[in-house]
Amino acid sequence: MVKSSTFGALDRRAAVKALLDNRRDLLVVTGLGSPSYDVFAAGEHDGNFYLWGAMGGAAMVGLGLALAQPKRPVVVITGDGEQLMGVGALLTVAISKPANLTIAVLDNGHYGETGMQLSHSGHGARLDVIAQGAGFPSVTEISDLEGVAAFRDRMHDLTEGPRFACIQISKDNPERVLPPRDGVHVKNRFRQHLGFAVK
Amino acid sequence: MDGSASDKSAIINPDWPLDIYHVFKQIQIGQVCYVPDAGHSRLITLSHQDPLIKTTVLTTEEEGVALCAGAWLGGQRAVLLMQSSGVGNCVNMFSLMNSCRLPFLTLVTMRGEWAEFNPWQIPMGRATPGAFELMGITVLRIDHPSEAGEVVSAAASLAFDGDRQVAILISQRLLGRKKW
Repeated sequence: MVKSSTFGALDRRAAVKALLDNRRDLLVVTGLGSPSYDVFAAGEHDGNFYLWGAMGGAAMVGLGLALAQPKRPVVVITGDGEQLMGVGALLTVAISKPANLTIAVLDNGHYGETGMQLSHSGHGARLDVIAQGAGFPSVTEISDLEGVAAFRDRMHDLTEGPRFACIQISKDNPERVLPPRDGVHVKNRFRQHLGFAVK
Repeated sequence: MDGSASDKSAIINPDWPLDIYHVFKQIQIGQVCYVPDAGHSRLITLSHQDPLIKTTVLTTEEEGVALCAGAWLGGQRAVLLMQSSGVGNCVNMFSLMNSCRLPFLTLVTMRGEWAEFNPWQIPMGRATPGAFELMGITVLRIDHPSEAGEVVSAAASLAFDGDRQVAILISQRLLGRKKW
């Protein structure tokens, strides 16, 4: 099964902006590449932690954070390629059962940073089915902005997670807007936001 | 895998995993993650039994590196337990700790060095210290069970107070010969 006829139509920037609208105490971890740009474009925030590398690690950074901060909602916003590289993390997140964690995959079926090669998702692999099989109690497929808006408030529910959302975005590649690349700065800013002193 | 302590040096102090656990409590470790390993089995059990330590089983070691990063962002100290064969799986993920100057503490049970019977364990065992050092990680060793607590305590200061990445290699001699 190739999904070429069913690639998403959602504008990724609009989708992420809608997802983070009225974010309140939401903490955000981004997967490297376009998801980092999308989150930055939606509005710079001290509660954002942008990855510029560590491909495959975004969901696990989110898990460590969610376990450490069980009273804060945490969302990992990443791409299909990034999640596929660390697909085992979906199993680890599912069995750890962090009720405050959401993994939101922006799925365009392609590797946007490297020349738009098809990903396994683009070849037909279903990340939502994988998440379901891993044991996520909540799996949502989103293909329009109404779906994003409906999902937004659920991310703040600290009892029903972990949630997995597959957001079907188009493969359009908007102009890059670059969040800070200094990891030490972003780390210190994030921890200060949570009230931890910078040494 | 069999974790019985048949080696003489381990018999002198078979409670070194308990010593390490007590240090975990002193330094307020809030999260432990691991890929299952016979040498770490007692520490894994102790961690799971402790309601104040969130203990996470991983599918691969590099997940644990990223988990430790997230824990620190959220204000908790985490430790990754693994075997030397898993160190190579982590190499690119170490960039995260280095780029963000994140504290990182990992305890590595060594294979491929003392009375190893499995040739497949030897290449990664031999490469383990070098793999860490290539990525800028400080390497300490526990060669005798009596020094386990002290080494972990010192490494934790270096990691969590000094913002360093530190690996402690636990000699295969402490783990005893594997019985078949």
